[in-house]
Amino acid sequence: MPTVVFTQNLRRHIDCPDRAVEADTVAAALAEVFEANPRLRSYVLDDQGALRHHMLVFVDGEPITDRAKLSDPVRSTSELYVMQALSGG
Amino acid sequence: MTTSLLISTRKGLFVAEAKGKSYAIDRGHFVGDNLSLAMADPRDGTWYAALDHGHFGVKLHRSDDRGATWEEIATPAYPPQPEGDVQKNYFGLELKWSTSLVWSLAPALDAEGALWCGTIPGGLFRSEDRGASWQLVEPLWFHPDRSKWGGGGRDHAGIHSICVDPRDPKTVAVAVSTGGIWRTRDAGASWTNTAHGMRAEYVPPELVHDGNSQDVHCLVQCAATPTTFWVQHHNGIFVSTDDMATWTELEHAEPSRFGFAVVVDPADPNTAWFVPAIKDEKRIPVDGKIVVTRTRDGGKTFDVLSRGLPDAFAYDLVYRHAFARASDGTLAFGSTTGNLFVSNDDGESWAVVSNYLPPVYAVAFAG
Repeated sequence: MPTVVFTQNLRRHIDCPDRAVEADTVAAALAEVFEANPRLRSYVLDDQGALRHHMLVFVDGEPITDRAKLSDPVRSTSELYVMQALSGG
Repeated sequence: MTTSLLISTRKGLFVAEAKGKSYAIDRGHFVGDNLSLAMADPRDGTWYAALDHGHFGVKLHRSDDRGATWEEIATPAYPPQPEGDVQKNYFGLELKWSTSLVWSLAPALDAEGALWCGTIPGGLFRSEDRGASWQLVEPLWFHPDRSKWGGGGRDHAGIHSICVDPRDPKTVAVAVSTGGIWRTRDAGASWTNTAHGMRAEYVPPELVHDGNSQDVHCLVQCAATPTTFWVQHHNGIFVSTDDMATWTELEHAEPSRFGFAVVVDPADPNTAWFVPAIKDEKRIPVDGKIVVTRTRDGGKTFDVLSRGLPDAFAYDLVYRHAFARASDGTLAFGSTTGNLFVSNDDGESWAVVSNYLPPVYAVAFAG
């Protein structure tokens, strides 16, 4: 199962442990996490459901390309990292 | 109940308590985090704090015990933007329907627990349940004139001032930077621009008196005489004594007419205070000297008040929400340099509360 890992900086504001999900896209993976932790959604996505301007998601070491719809595929062994972008720092 | 002073800064919300004739900082909340403002609801004593986490977006928190504990509540969020809709503001910058800053918060006095919230990029929201949920005020958001709004210092327009009319709580005026002043008389169902007649010196000649072009920095209304409004505007000070039917520009407020904040005496419509700065390209005190200007005659003359304030090499700017007046008449302002001053003699003299705060974005009294 794919695993979703959140930056430690986000854990200062909201509890978000690593989580295994059943999903084949980034959108589905995050949706499963948010279903269990609804408050987390607005920390990662903006009001339109896109990745926040200064956030990044890596799938197996590569940044995702679809920041609006999060349609990038994930494999059953994928690791997703939800990170801060240096651009906002 | 003592009066507390809520100080929203770049690095936390600090609370000062009344101590003799001055205030002393007593504690900090959200230390290390960025706060755009805090508000104490006089109806039930609830404190609200607006955090701006940068990467993680803006969040609202609420405290029912004067800051001892906080609970994250809903943040105003925009409805889905129509598929394929690419919206641009008046300056051509793409505008996304997503809250980037909570820029004003006020009790909605027509219903218990109801609140108004102004945001960047320009949406006004209303909550009926103390911030547990929010609804976009669509008649203002979908008003065709919104396409003429632009950013004032930020990429997109924002609502920074909310005046609930003491005569009728369904009458509310909001000020937009940049988009003038808008008033509803039916709790948000319909809106009219009431900034016509102001003067904007930073736009082409055709737009100088256009209501949407007015960069109102701060709008306040006198509680005892609610037909009087004061405005600190990007290029001057304006007053209306006829319920915003007309505006008068006050051209002789020395040392400068530029600034962000204005406070009006709730009992006297002719008395208002400002913290002036060299106009927009520099935004520092004139001659490095912090002063407060006060009029007591409706703007015919201004007193320059400086006792207790730094008189040389001071480069503080006071933002629009960083100047407040308590119900007992105490005045307080905080600056971008992290200085905080209070006065209990109508501004004649000022005492330092702190010289070491982070940049101050807002101050508010909690009774």
